[in-house]
Amino acid sequence: MLQGFLDFISDSANWAGAEGIGNRILQHLGYTFLSLAIAALIALPIGLLIGHTRRGAFLAINTGNAARALPTLGLLTLIVLLIGIGRVPVIIALVVLGIPPIMASTYAGVSGVDRSTIDAARGMGMTGREILTKVEIPIALPLIISGLRSATLQIVSTATVAAYVALGGLGRYVIDGLSLRDFPQMLTGAVLVAVLAILLDLVFAAIARYAVSAGLTGRVRRNTDTKTSTAPAPAGV
Amino acid sequence: MTWIGDNSVLIWEQLREHLFLALLPMVLGLLISVPLGYVATRFSWLANPLVALGGVLYSLPSIALFIVLPALIGTKVLSAANIVIALTIYAVSLLIRNVIDGLRSVPEDVLQAAVSVGYGTLRRVITIDLPIAVPVIFAGLRVVTVANISMVSVGAIIGIGGLGELFTLGFQQDFLTPILVGVVLSLALALLADVALVGLQRILTPWARVNTPKEA
Repeated sequence: MLQGFLDFISDSANWAGAEGIGNRILQHLGYTFLSLAIAALIALPIGLLIGHTRRGAFLAINTGNAARALPTLGLLTLIVLLIGIGRVPVIIALVVLGIPPIMASTYAGVSGVDRSTIDAARGMGMTGREILTKVEIPIALPLIISGLRSATLQIVSTATVAAYVALGGLGRYVIDGLSLRDFPQMLTGAVLVAVLAILLDLVFAAIARYAVSAGLTGRVRRNTDTKTSTAPAPAGV
Repeated sequence: MTWIGDNSVLIWEQLREHLFLALLPMVLGLLISVPLGYVATRFSWLANPLVALGGVLYSLPSIALFIVLPALIGTKVLSAANIVIALTIYAVSLLIRNVIDGLRSVPEDVLQAAVSVGYGTLRRVITIDLPIAVPVIFAGLRVVTVANISMVSVGAIIGIGGLGELFTLGFQQDFLTPILVGVVLSLALALLADVALVGLQRILTPWARVNTPKEA
């Protein structure tokens, strides 16, 4: 079986043209990034608003939990039956899957910022907008990025399933291979999607490493260790 | 509505298959990750690589894993074992972090007290470390269970997927009812499983109930 897979993936004829691996990867990435961008455009502002005002936490937490239980294939087939076959229903389904993780972790990141830090910022004369952009977002950034990261993984996986409802992308190899009982072809699709998912995950790990303020990542030494700051002061101090 | 009545046998069967395919991996995942997590706290250099490996495995798309597994371990493509093994891999890769965090959350003086009153390692781990780690482990277990219940349905694409088969059925016949039934039952199953785990956690950690009102 592995030999069949190696034969399939090393055959240059399988790489060229509209049905080729190259184009399938581009399609797959296209669906992924379009859906991710739309999901982020919707979920980030809502998450920031809920986190900043600390109102509506109920909404953020519960949509996050409910979405985790939502069966991907059910959502996809449901939307396709309601709207019809095409790119739009698939993108809608992917966006719906992407919104909750982004919203929930953005909310968690922003609302988790230490109250005293915000009070200090306000005491220095920062406006609400400045507190959000200069204090809350930078501190929440690791969690915001991890939300985008889980949304991306979710969307990349599900974009595979989307071939089931007649979309392109790498899922085609899985679905077409299955109907033809062509196992090497299925395996090619599966392996390529897995590699794509791992690569995208690495990209987000790199983004998190370089976008997050050095003061938060622990890459630079701090004067005070926050872990011990809540401990009682030693006797005699 | 008549469709539901006419197909109640089918629905019931898929529901049972769904429950089996989701819960067996959860139990297996727990049975594997607890000893593994214990070993990782004993030999702490193991912990970070294990958690990192778990992160990579968890990022694999489920449909990909369902298909790659037969090539790696020689099962049949259309075997339910692929789903069970794949979901067990997800369960372990998520739970391992919680088990390690949970076991590490046991206070050092508690461990020392147990050793000093003569507890052996095995007895201490089972009667002291694990119960104290229950809340952290259960936090992971709840995520695993709900995610598994939703992921089982993806298996329907390759022909084994419990309630997911109602989705493929509805899609092929251009018929909304089976899909709605599948989605609703899947969500209900996830909710019930989650409630059951919360209840189980309460039973396993009686001290938490005693302490909460005082702290509040």
